[in-house]
Amino acid sequence: MEYNAAAPIYLQVINDLKKKMVKGELKPGEKMPASRELAVMYKVNQNTAARIYREMELEGYCFTKRGIGTFVSEEENMFENVKKEMAEKLLENFMREMGDLGFAKTDILSQIEDYEEEDEK
Amino acid sequence: MILECKELTKWYGDTAAVAELTLNLSEGKIYGFLGENGSGKTTWMKMVAGLTKPSHGEIIYKGHPLCYRDKGEIAYMATEPFFYDFMKVGDVGDYYADFFPDFDRRRFDELIGKMNLIPGQKVKNLSSGMNAKLKLAAVLSRRASLCLLDEPLNGIDYKAREEIVRMILEEADEKKTFVISTHLLEEIESFIDYAVFIRDGQLVDKIDIESERMRSGRSLAEIYMDLM
Repeated sequence: MEYNAAAPIYLQVINDLKKKMVKGELKPGEKMPASRELAVMYKVNQNTAARIYREMELEGYCFTKRGIGTFVSEEENMFENVKKEMAEKLLENFMREMGDLGFAKTDILSQIEDYEEEDEK
Repeated sequence: MILECKELTKWYGDTAAVAELTLNLSEGKIYGFLGENGSGKTTWMKMVAGLTKPSHGEIIYKGHPLCYRDKGEIAYMATEPFFYDFMKVGDVGDYYADFFPDFDRRRFDELIGKMNLIPGQKVKNLSSGMNAKLKLAAVLSRRASLCLLDEPLNGIDYKAREEIVRMILEEADEKKTFVISTHLLEEIESFIDYAVFIRDGQLVDKIDIESERMRSGRSLAEIYMDLM
């Protein structure tokens, strides 16, 4: 995974794991990688791996069965919410950056129209 | 605390390679040792590995002054290749097994297999990437509590570097402490717990880089440039 070197690594991994949940690459109830595997997979240390699962558990994205491992939450509608949340955040950033460039919402909307047309060619 | 260095100093003639260096390392953490060539990183490692004696200062390992017995728990990997030319890959395992009671021969065979090294291969015919992997396989096959790796990523290609990092991360856990010296900041940035900055044999700073990313949003390279 390509990291942004200026942002906390654990948050970037959490974000990536959430994306996998939204995309169905990690399914509700599925066993998640052991923390050592997670560390190797994402090139992080054990402390970061433990922190990632701790935080995700606190937020309800996964749960731990003692001695067995960490599992993806079984609440399916949670991932719909995650998808919405992630989309909102992307949109928020996008709108702010575009606003900084001096674009009003209507300009942006027409640009999006144009962009789709270009894409369809 | 697995290791405490108090005002550690090493003189070579009238040059202090390490000067009044005070530094504590905690168990189960990965430390990146950063500094220019000649800043004292290797000398520090050699003192902690018990290969050279401090001119003054103290090294406390697991609460007692460092002594020869601790060599059985502290693994050191030198930068330069240190196997004899006549050796084959398998001989390196025998050699290590003779030297170190904590050496796990099965683990070594497993690691060289993973690295696509063949026991019958002659060490002198190995590429530098292969040689680096062999050195690391030998050192990591010791069940050491403290692992000192001097430039394990130096002068080898991208893929071999990735494999080496993988090997280290497979081995690292809450009981093992790693010290890794390197100039390749981007390679270690995602997985070290602390960056230790050394200049002219002295400690410049020890930084928890994840906290630093949260606080100031600086990358390791930016911190390096600001400090050094």
